[in-house]
Amino acid sequence: MTTIDKPPVETPTAPATPQGPLGRFRQFTGSARRWWKDLPWWGRLIGNVVIFGLAALLPYAGQIPLIGPQIITTGIDWNSSLFVMTYYVLLALGLNVVVGYAGMLDLGYVGFFAIGAYTVALFTSSDSLFHMQWSWLAAVPFGFVISMIFGVILGWPTLRLRGDYLAIVTLGFAEIIRITANSTPNFLRGDRGFGSLPHPPGSWSDGTKIFGVRDAKPYFWLGLVAIVLVILAVRNLDRSRVGRSWLAIREDEEAAEIMGVRTVKYKLWAFAIGALVGGLGGVIFVGYQGFMNSSTFVLQFSILVLAAVVLGGSGNIPGAILGGALITYIPDRLRGISDPITHTDLYQWRFVLFGLLIIIVMIFRPQGLIPSRRRAMELKDRAREVAPQ
Amino acid sequence: MVGTFAAIGVWGVLGYNNNSATPGFWSAVGLILIGLVVAVVASGTTALIVELVAYRPLRRRNAPPLAFLITAIGASLVISETFGVFTHRNQVGAPRLVPPKDLLVFGNTHIRILDVLIIGLALVMMFGLDRFVNQTRMGRGIRAVAQSPDNAALMGVNKNRVISLVFLIGGLMAGVAAVMYALKVGNARYDSGFTLGIEAFTAAVLGGIGNLRGALLGGLTLGLAENYGGELFGTQWQTVVAFILLVLVLMFRPTGILGEALGRARA
Repeated sequence: MTTIDKPPVETPTAPATPQGPLGRFRQFTGSARRWWKDLPWWGRLIGNVVIFGLAALLPYAGQIPLIGPQIITTGIDWNSSLFVMTYYVLLALGLNVVVGYAGMLDLGYVGFFAIGAYTVALFTSSDSLFHMQWSWLAAVPFGFVISMIFGVILGWPTLRLRGDYLAIVTLGFAEIIRITANSTPNFLRGDRGFGSLPHPPGSWSDGTKIFGVRDAKPYFWLGLVAIVLVILAVRNLDRSRVGRSWLAIREDEEAAEIMGVRTVKYKLWAFAIGALVGGLGGVIFVGYQGFMNSSTFVLQFSILVLAAVVLGGSGNIPGAILGGALITYIPDRLRGISDPITHTDLYQWRFVLFGLLIIIVMIFRPQGLIPSRRRAMELKDRAREVAPQ
Repeated sequence: MVGTFAAIGVWGVLGYNNNSATPGFWSAVGLILIGLVVAVVASGTTALIVELVAYRPLRRRNAPPLAFLITAIGASLVISETFGVFTHRNQVGAPRLVPPKDLLVFGNTHIRILDVLIIGLALVMMFGLDRFVNQTRMGRGIRAVAQSPDNAALMGVNKNRVISLVFLIGGLMAGVAAVMYALKVGNARYDSGFTLGIEAFTAAVLGGIGNLRGALLGGLTLGLAENYGGELFGTQWQTVVAFILLVLVLMFRPTGILGEALGRARA
């Protein structure tokens, strides 16, 4: 038996000593990450429960002395702003499956949101062609199923496409839905939209409805519950065979195929699950709004959600949550502040500031604000590979 | 968009706005030329600034392709929204410099001076660009960088200069297109570039990315399909027809009609 020379074992090099406040901050986040990872499972469970408990108390954030009034939005009702955040977070989580896990660039994600919303509207509204007028809850499962079906319908013809080609086809898909809604005055009702949409069921003990018109808090909590469910489902999928297949497809589709990963099946899975979560966002959106028309589902919406995923850290659940929350919070927070130069509402400048912000974040953290561990390592590798300029 | 506003702006400074009468032949030619120069300089400069501010730092860190897309979106938001705030999100009218006269008439088809001018300019630009990319030394550099940036750098191509050059050319061509747009459509809005950008992207994808002749063919096919489909099903379905055609083409040819001449599909 011949002995094989073993390659020298690479000793892990000591991390560079932190320099300056940024280095110290990095060291802190690194050790926090490790501390979190080393906790026993119940410790992490308690931690998560505490985090979501605190999130559920967000509507009362304005009552914290001193910093509270700085946090809440001034120009718009804080509770409804929080609710908007929840459905953006849901969408970011869903798109994260398609873009972050499976690595397929989807620029038409709003299409699924629209399908979920329109399905519920068609089943429940009195303006609908079908005159069914179901309750919100009865229409919800149909919203899920139909958006999932559309996810597969979109996924099927695009299986062979990559990169830019896939991006433009998904974009076209969303535009087709929007234009169809715009140009079918009797079916999807275009600008006139659907009115008198029912709210989710339930009433307090004194008989007042939980999901009323005035108070957005219950909707925020509903959205939060949906977020928790989606996180559990997506996290478990990511850690299963499905998630590993997505990872393989994202890194190298040909190699994955050769190693026996059924790429067609898992790519369709990614589309279907992304579509389902998008539909869920639409369903909750309709439950709150009471009225909707085609002008909600513009292309900029998809782009905003994609920006949320990449900004937060593609392929990572906490990143998607942070990104989704930021893209609604920042513009809303700017409302009601007068800018010092032109003395108009700073809200006018929201997209300029937002655009600058995403450029700055991408320059300094191309991996996103909270990247997944694996992604961060990959990027370090890439940065080392870069040719001298 | 920057180009359109620049051209309309300089015409405004020279005393021509959407209410003034059509000027005489020579002054119209002069105005169009001035508009062209200003628009080209404005949009070329903008493109260079975007490259320097938003792309070069990312390239230095070898960021993933998605990061580039996001900064591109950020840059386009900043530019168009800044114009949006300053124009109060209203339309800005352009002066009518070319008289709306027919040059040729075939049956019911009226071909106007402006149409001939636009098609002629477009052809000149396309021919010039094709020549530039395929025949000159700089064009060879561009193709080399497109195929493999690192290998091109090893062979002595200045990567950053080539990429800046590409952005500059893109900006210049957009500037020319902006003047034609202002003349033909007659107004500009802060978001008028957005749909055009999407259409341009669709055309490039339809023909095959990185393939100039493909882009030309893609644009032509797209325009014909849109107008023909619009005639058949009603104008509101134009874009739907275009996108369905795109899906059908890509189902059978996943890299566009003519395929990719340069580079690879970036995942």
